[in-house]
Amino acid sequence: MEFNPKTKSRGDRLFDVVVYTVLAIVMLATLYPLLYIVSASFSDPLAIVKGRLWLWPQDVTLESYRKVFRNPDIWMGYRNSLIYLVVGTAVNIAMTTMGAYALSRRDLKGRHALSLIFTFTLIFNGGLVPTYLTYKNMLGLYDNLWVMVIPSAVSVWNLIVMRTYFQTSIPYELQEAAFIDGCSNVGTLVRIVLPLSMPIVAVMTMYYGVAHWNSYFPALIYLHDHSRLPLQMIIRNLLIQEDMSNMAGGDGASLMDQILQAEGMKYAVIVVSSLPMLIMYPFVQKHFVKGVMVGAVKG
Amino acid sequence: MTASSERPAARTLLPRSIRKNWDLYLLVLPVVVYFLLLKYLPMYGIQIAFKDFSAAKGIWGSPWVGFKHFERFFDNYQFWTLIRNTLEISIYQILVAFPMPILFALLVNEVRGKWFKKSVQAVAFMPHFLSTVVLVGIVMAFLSPSTGLVNQAIRLFGGEPVYFMTEPQLFKSIYVFSDVWQNMGFSSVLYIAVLAGIDKSLYEAAMIDGASKFRRLLHIAVPCLIPTAIVMLIFQFGSIMDVGFEKIFLMQNDLNRSSSSVISTYVYEIGLLGSQFSFSAAVGLFNSVINFGLIVAVNRIARKSGTSLW
Repeated sequence: MEFNPKTKSRGDRLFDVVVYTVLAIVMLATLYPLLYIVSASFSDPLAIVKGRLWLWPQDVTLESYRKVFRNPDIWMGYRNSLIYLVVGTAVNIAMTTMGAYALSRRDLKGRHALSLIFTFTLIFNGGLVPTYLTYKNMLGLYDNLWVMVIPSAVSVWNLIVMRTYFQTSIPYELQEAAFIDGCSNVGTLVRIVLPLSMPIVAVMTMYYGVAHWNSYFPALIYLHDHSRLPLQMIIRNLLIQEDMSNMAGGDGASLMDQILQAEGMKYAVIVVSSLPMLIMYPFVQKHFVKGVMVGAVKG
Repeated sequence: MTASSERPAARTLLPRSIRKNWDLYLLVLPVVVYFLLLKYLPMYGIQIAFKDFSAAKGIWGSPWVGFKHFERFFDNYQFWTLIRNTLEISIYQILVAFPMPILFALLVNEVRGKWFKKSVQAVAFMPHFLSTVVLVGIVMAFLSPSTGLVNQAIRLFGGEPVYFMTEPQLFKSIYVFSDVWQNMGFSSVLYIAVLAGIDKSLYEAAMIDGASKFRRLLHIAVPCLIPTAIVMLIFQFGSIMDVGFEKIFLMQNDLNRSSSSVISTYVYEIGLLGSQFSFSAAVGLFNSVINFGLIVAVNRIARKSGTSLW
């Protein structure tokens, strides 16, 4: 029988058609809602409510954004979220790097036991209420900056990924050479290992950073003071509890107008709060993929 | 820490090795302290599930009451509703949301054009970076009965508007399918990586044998994915009692509560909102223990088939 990989059988061609069609549909189904939100945020709320908006902005206006940016809570939330992101991620990276480096070293006695102790927390934990009581009453983690930083200081998963990276991607001979030259462990980590680990540090920074930016659960439970709330809690009030009244209203607008304005602001709030992630996205995407791969290699 | 368990010969060596590497132990110390204080100390607090916790007496000083709170939970009229909702959402999730990334990865793997392949993946990842709050906000905006896009489309075709968010029967589907939309692309990365690592000669051999593209997918790509899929499935089963508080809590309202109350939201309600600390801790512990048992059991079954977590 003649065999020629260049010619496709009819079945194979049909197969290709199905594959490309399904993927095209998936792509559209993912993209459409996102495009709609952006378009809606630039549209006159009346056009949205009347159902004239399907894809492109209708009666383009920046009114919704103006309203959102005039809101002091949004600014406050942005500022708080940025602080939590920067401080939190710095602590994350420092802790994870130190722990992962120590665990990667064969001469650390009891490292298997430590790994086990750490990993156990993945499958068993104190549960919501004992954790809450311990944090609040015993550790003083309540209504302050630290409750947004300390409880998530180390992720076991990232610790393991980073340890594996140190073990597999950095030749141990390099470290030994440093020791012979009289370098301490800390010196080796800072001067030899870290400079060679920038890809994984970048991946970790992004993992932790996105998690901080998107988190609302610790704030819901441990933050009472309104002025400390992160952006996610602020937009939760606006988007989900639909508490737009103090935002839209004011200057003698009728109830109907307020409802309309709130409608447009919903979409602007979504865009504004997701903007940092969406701007980062193109730069971040390939690193994220790499991060998942590194994690998967571990097995 | 391990010094005492070593044999005598090693004991004399250990202090010196620690002395030599003291800064290494210093590096790992903060991480150890972190796990002890922030993860293991709350486990010590679990005892309040067997006590009548009073803030004045503290965790240690409160009186023991045995299984009182557990019995109260089992007799609770909501017990079966909570269990059923928790299981239903989890199983729905496993049946629908779990296979999607695998199917998606298989399809992406068949694409030859680099540009198309890259764009499909880039687009499919995107929703993963939205926060839960934003995702639920989007879902609610789209499904709104008066202004939402979905209902406008329904009205356009002459249908009656559907009150999606307040309809208990629809809650679980909205939960699961919004999850598919958000996470399918990103969860597929792992599977795509596995598929990219398949030995090309397998495909060439199959082609020479005259296997069609579909057969190659079925007999080469799918079997290569199975070990990875099993590990992921174990994880899923391990958290079967643990459907996410974050999203359900945000999607919940008084009208859909009959199908959206799950153990994690119940623990929050009675514990933190209702201040019944001991009762809530008992419910939480019951949940954790079942979860723990599940992951151990599932792992044991999986080990018989040759793939397991430990």
